Amino acid sequence: MSILVDEKTRLITQGITGREGMFHTEQSMKYGTKVVGGVTPGKGGQTVMGKVPVFNTVADAVKKTKANATMVFVPPPFAADAILEAADAGIELIICITEGIPVSDMINVYKYIQGTKSRLVGPNCPGVISPGKAKIGIMPAHIHKKGSVGIISRSGTLTYECVGQLTALGIGQSTCVGIGGDPIIGSRFIDILELFQKDRGTKTICMIGEIGGTAEDEAAYYIKKHVTKPVVGFIAGQTAPPGRRMGHAGAIISGGQGTAEEKMKVMKRCGIKVVKSPADLGKTIQKVL
Amino acid sequence: MIIILSLFLPINYEKFMKIHEYQAKEILRKYNVPVPNGVLISSKSEAAKAAKKVGTKVVVVKAQIHAGGRGKGGGVKLAKSPAEAEQHAGNIIGMTLVTPQTGAEGRLVKKVLIEEGMTIAKELYMGILVDRETSQVLIMASEAGGMEIEEVAAKTPEKIIKVTVDPIIGVQPYLARKIAFALNLEGAALKAVIPFIINLYDAFVKEDCSMLEINPLVITSDDRVLALDAKVDIDDNAMYRHKDTQSYRDLDEEDPTEVEASKFHLNYIKLDGNIGCMVNGAGLAMSTMDIIKLSGGEPANFLDVGGGADEEMIENGFRILISDKAVKGIFINIFGGILRCDVLARGVVAATKKLHIKIPIVVRMEGTNMEEGHKILKDSGLNFLIGNGMKDGAQKVVKAIK
Repeated sequence: MSILVDEKTRLITQGITGREGMFHTEQSMKYGTKVVGGVTPGKGGQTVMGKVPVFNTVADAVKKTKANATMVFVPPPFAADAILEAADAGIELIICITEGIPVSDMINVYKYIQGTKSRLVGPNCPGVISPGKAKIGIMPAHIHKKGSVGIISRSGTLTYECVGQLTALGIGQSTCVGIGGDPIIGSRFIDILELFQKDRGTKTICMIGEIGGTAEDEAAYYIKKHVTKPVVGFIAGQTAPPGRRMGHAGAIISGGQGTAEEKMKVMKRCGIKVVKSPADLGKTIQKVL
Repeated sequence: MIIILSLFLPINYEKFMKIHEYQAKEILRKYNVPVPNGVLISSKSEAAKAAKKVGTKVVVVKAQIHAGGRGKGGGVKLAKSPAEAEQHAGNIIGMTLVTPQTGAEGRLVKKVLIEEGMTIAKELYMGILVDRETSQVLIMASEAGGMEIEEVAAKTPEKIIKVTVDPIIGVQPYLARKIAFALNLEGAALKAVIPFIINLYDAFVKEDCSMLEINPLVITSDDRVLALDAKVDIDDNAMYRHKDTQSYRDLDEEDPTEVEASKFHLNYIKLDGNIGCMVNGAGLAMSTMDIIKLSGGEPANFLDVGGGADEEMIENGFRILISDKAVKGIFINIFGGILRCDVLARGVVAATKKLHIKIPIVVRMEGTNMEEGHKILKDSGLNFLIGNGMKDGAQKVVKAIK
């Protein structure tokens, strides 16, 4: 089993006629994802990649194809609108790859999404892959292997690093979720942890965080309370020296938290197996299995 | 500028532009947030005229640099006459102002703001920012204005009022009243602070600020409410829709190498070590620094070339890396996703030849088209060291520079 995406996922791509949108839709299709259509306003009626129908609106696409997931590749100025359109059309899973969306746009999107049945992953994320089943996103598919480790990460290439180490050791993954690095994201660590805890196909969880903010602390306390599966954790930026700060307001909101040391301490205290060297991620998970 | 909402290393997803106090006040005026009368000048000779134009008996001469703590460094002075204003302006313009936030090297002051003096009855604090925890905008206010607000937060957190704003309704009068009453305001000041808060929030949202801080917000003896100081950061991602504020960027206030890097969409931050790193992705870039340190070396920089790097970007990345004379060796750590290893390898070979790089270069690459990438490096005739995994790569570069 897996979470979020699998054989039953019926994917559309918003921004399918763009260079990136087209390329990654094709890659996802090659991996086995059921791509049922795409949306580019004004290009409805066209067909791309031989057989994929393009629609003017997400609502049209849902009506004609019964799509239940969307991958958003719309450029930053229009991406928030694309997410809202998908949510309004009742799409269950919205994965937004776009990097560079204004924060104020995302504040409105986040609030609106809460009142819908949609789940948003991202923005500014590599997407989600359930190895052997389906992928929605920009990750290199060939490094993955089907298995039982669930991965959640704020960072893209660092997730690939972890997956690469696991696959080299012969350890597969149930689902890998890149939640994205922006200040406002649709799904946080705890939202995905909840899904992994429920998923029978996931036996071990790996959580990859970064310095800054308090999302990892929040996740650690959640794990202590609600997650019975073993969790391995890593925080990038342990050696980052104190740098320029974001003024007083930022310092207050982080409440003195946000350093790697602080986060790792909290994670350890909450029963997470914390890895110090990024090169030891795979080996540590192997031991926990 | 590239900084995250934390006290630590800037990484690529919280980009914002800092602006000067006088620019922040221009924005506030546009939204009917009261600020003191002031005139911006860039030479001593304009000071007396500016002081007369401001018109109050006492004026304040304020250095315009991006860093805070200007008063402590001698960058803010009271003047009781136009002649005295001229004298202060003469001293401040051209000085290298050192404050707790500038570092020892300080900042050259090129402009000063001459502002009206006033009798202050009360100094308050008000800050607006995006709160990651609630994913909404947060307004913070405190009666303990004018001082180090971090200290207030650490020692007496109960003195800080926090109000979360629902983006759908924004700041309604009741919310502004809630803050005003919590600040123990009354009478004319209470009435004046309500539109102040509403307009301030309006400015924050419409100008796409990532932070807006008024410290102090003053109540004068005649019950005027004014933003005496203003610090505003603007979300880089939203800059495309603010053509007018784009001109606010002051490149003199930024690190020249970082400015150069940003021209090529490279995310570079200089550090103190001697191993130059080039990595794709912020998380992997930070982990690369971690593993260099764990292997006994010191990273010279943080450089994220991003997912869409091409040969030209890689060459520019190299140019920036070696512009730091402390760099004795280079560690390239790439996990190819969108960025293909063959593209990277071609870029690395071309740049090494073109820039005549003689220091050791360790390349660790994995992912898309890895074999092809390794073949390009091997066939180049250049002496690259190959890292098998990030640990091996880090150890090799540390050894190579010893």
